[in-house]
Amino acid sequence: MKINDFVIPADSAGIVEAKTFTFAEPPGEMTLASGKKLGPITLAYETYGELNGDRSNAVLILHALSADAHAAGYHAGSDEPGWWEAMIGPGKAFDTEKYFVICSNVIGGCKGSTGPSSLNPATGDYYALDFPLITIGDMVKAQKHLIDHLGIDRLLCVAGGSMGGMQTLQWVASYPEMVRSAIPIATALKHSPQQIAFNEVVRQSIMSDVNWREGRYYETGQPEKGLALARMIGHITFMSDQSMEEKFSRRLKNEKYSFKFAPEFEVEGYLRYRGDRFVKRFDANSYLYITKALDYFDLSGGRLFRSGREIKTRFLVISFKSDWLYPSYQSQEIVRQLKIRQADATYCELKSTYGHDAFLLEVDQETELIRHFLSKTYNGYDVAYHYDV
Amino acid sequence: MWHIIMTSKDTRLDHRIIYRIVEQNARVLDLGCGTGDLIYLLARYKNARVQGIELADEAIQQCVKKGLSVFQTDIESGLTEYPTDSFDYVILNQSMQEVKKVDYVIGESLRVGRRVIVGFPNFSYLSGRLKFFFQGTAPITPALPGRWYDTPNVRFLSILDFRNYCRVKGIEILESYHLGRKRPVVILPNLLALNAVFLLAGVTEKGG
Repeated sequence: MKINDFVIPADSAGIVEAKTFTFAEPPGEMTLASGKKLGPITLAYETYGELNGDRSNAVLILHALSADAHAAGYHAGSDEPGWWEAMIGPGKAFDTEKYFVICSNVIGGCKGSTGPSSLNPATGDYYALDFPLITIGDMVKAQKHLIDHLGIDRLLCVAGGSMGGMQTLQWVASYPEMVRSAIPIATALKHSPQQIAFNEVVRQSIMSDVNWREGRYYETGQPEKGLALARMIGHITFMSDQSMEEKFSRRLKNEKYSFKFAPEFEVEGYLRYRGDRFVKRFDANSYLYITKALDYFDLSGGRLFRSGREIKTRFLVISFKSDWLYPSYQSQEIVRQLKIRQADATYCELKSTYGHDAFLLEVDQETELIRHFLSKTYNGYDVAYHYDV
Repeated sequence: MWHIIMTSKDTRLDHRIIYRIVEQNARVLDLGCGTGDLIYLLARYKNARVQGIELADEAIQQCVKKGLSVFQTDIESGLTEYPTDSFDYVILNQSMQEVKKVDYVIGESLRVGRRVIVGFPNFSYLSGRLKFFFQGTAPITPALPGRWYDTPNVRFLSILDFRNYCRVKGIEILESYHLGRKRPVVILPNLLALNAVFLLAGVTEKGG
C-alpha cells in the first residue's frame, strides 16, 4: 500500500480505521466517582487483528496522558504511524496475527472521546469546566462499556505504560474476572506528592495564561503559551539526565553565546519545539482534567485486590532504571502487593537511559518480555516445548 | 516423563534430586533461580506452581522465554512480603553461598516455605583440602570453580558446618543428599561430596 511516496512497512497493522462507540444516553448516564453523572459518552477506539472464535485473544492497550486510540498502523492518507507502532503489528510484541488488539481512548480527552472540548448536549455549548472531574476509575468504567459492546467477556491481556499502566491496574481492581493478564509498565499504584507537584505546576501554567479564560476559550483560541509551557515541563520529566546529555549536551544552536534570552542551547530549542507542536494537537482543558485524574489515582494499601479472593490474573510489571518520573520503587510497590496476594507475576527492571520515555523507546527489550509472557498466558507452557530435556 | 528426566544426562544431579523431593502441584519459590531450568522441570512435569527470584538480566529473559514467572530482585529483599507458608517449598539451590545475610534468608525461607531445600557446594571436599594443605592456596574444586578474586561466593561452608548450623538454630533436617560428580556419595560425605542438598522443615511444620 502506498500513500504519495510513502510505503507502509510489511510489519505494520496497515491501514486502520478510527472508530467510536457512544453509550450512556440520558437517562442512563454513567455515574462517576465524584457522584456526578455523564452521558451520552463517546469513546474513540481502534482495533487491529481478528477476534477468534471463542473470543479469547483480545488484548486491550491503554495509552498515556496525551496519546490517543491510534496505537498502530496508519490512517488512510496519512504517513503518521500509531504511537506504539513498534510494539503492535504482525510478528511484533502484540502480534496482530495472533491477537485481537484494541486501543481505547479515555474520557476527559480530546481525541475523539467525550471531554471538556465536546459539546454539552444539555446546553448546546462546549462543556469546558462544566465537564465533571474524572478519575482513572471513571476512564476504565467507560472502557468496560466498550469491551462489553465488543462482546468480549474476558481480556487475554490489558497493557499500557505510564497512565496506561494505571488504567491497567484499575482494570484489575475494578474487573478482576475480566483480566487474564496485565502488563503495567513504568507506572505506579498511586501518584506521589512529587508527581502531584509536577502536575500542579503544569495546571497552573495553563490556568495562569490570560487566554485560558476559566476554560471558556473555545471561540477565542487555546491558552497556547500556558499549554506549551506545561508540555515543556512534561518533557523534562520524561527524559533523564543522561538522555538529555546524550541528545543535547551543552550544544548551541549557533556557535557563540548570544548574550540574549533567545533559545540558544539545543535543549531550549527542543523544549520550545515540543511545546509549540503540542498546542496544535491537544486541548488545554483536557490536560487539566487528565492530570487531575492521575493525581486522584491511588490503589495502594490493598485497594488493588479485593480481599479473600485468589488472584487469577498473571502480571508482567516492567520499570526502567533511569525513569525518575515513575521510579522503579513504585513498580516494586506493585510487586509487593502481588507477593502479599501470591499472584503469578514477573517483574523486570530494564536497563535504559531514556528515562520515562523508555516505555515507548526500549522496543527490543520490551518485545522479548511481552511476546513470551503473552504466549504463555495464551498457550500455557506448550509454547516452550523446544526447551524440553 | 519421570523416566526421561531421571536418566537424562543433561539434567543436573542436584536438579534430579530436587525434582524427586517436590510433589505434584506443589507451590515452589526458587531463590536465585538462574535461567529457570529447575523450576521449568517442576512446572512442566509436576504441575508445580512456580515463582522465581533472580537478579541477572539475561537469566530473567531466559526465564520469561520459558514461560516462567520471575521477580527481578536480590534474594535478601525478596522474601519479606510473603505471608507465612506461602509456598510448599522454598528452594535455595547453589545460591545460599552467594548471600551475605544468609542467616536472615534461611530464617525467612523457613517462615515463607512449609519446607526449604538448600543446595550448596561442599568447601571441605577432598581435593580442596589437599590443595589447601599441600599447596597452601584456596580450594578450587569442580563445585567451587571460582578463584578467590572472581568467585561470586561470599560464604564458605562444609556439609558439617551446615549440620552444625541447623543444630544450633534448632532447624530440623528432614532429608539430606550428598552428591559426587555423577552419582550420590555414600561414605564420608564431608570429605567426598562435591555438593549437598538438604530438606529442612519450615517453622510451622516443625512447630506443628
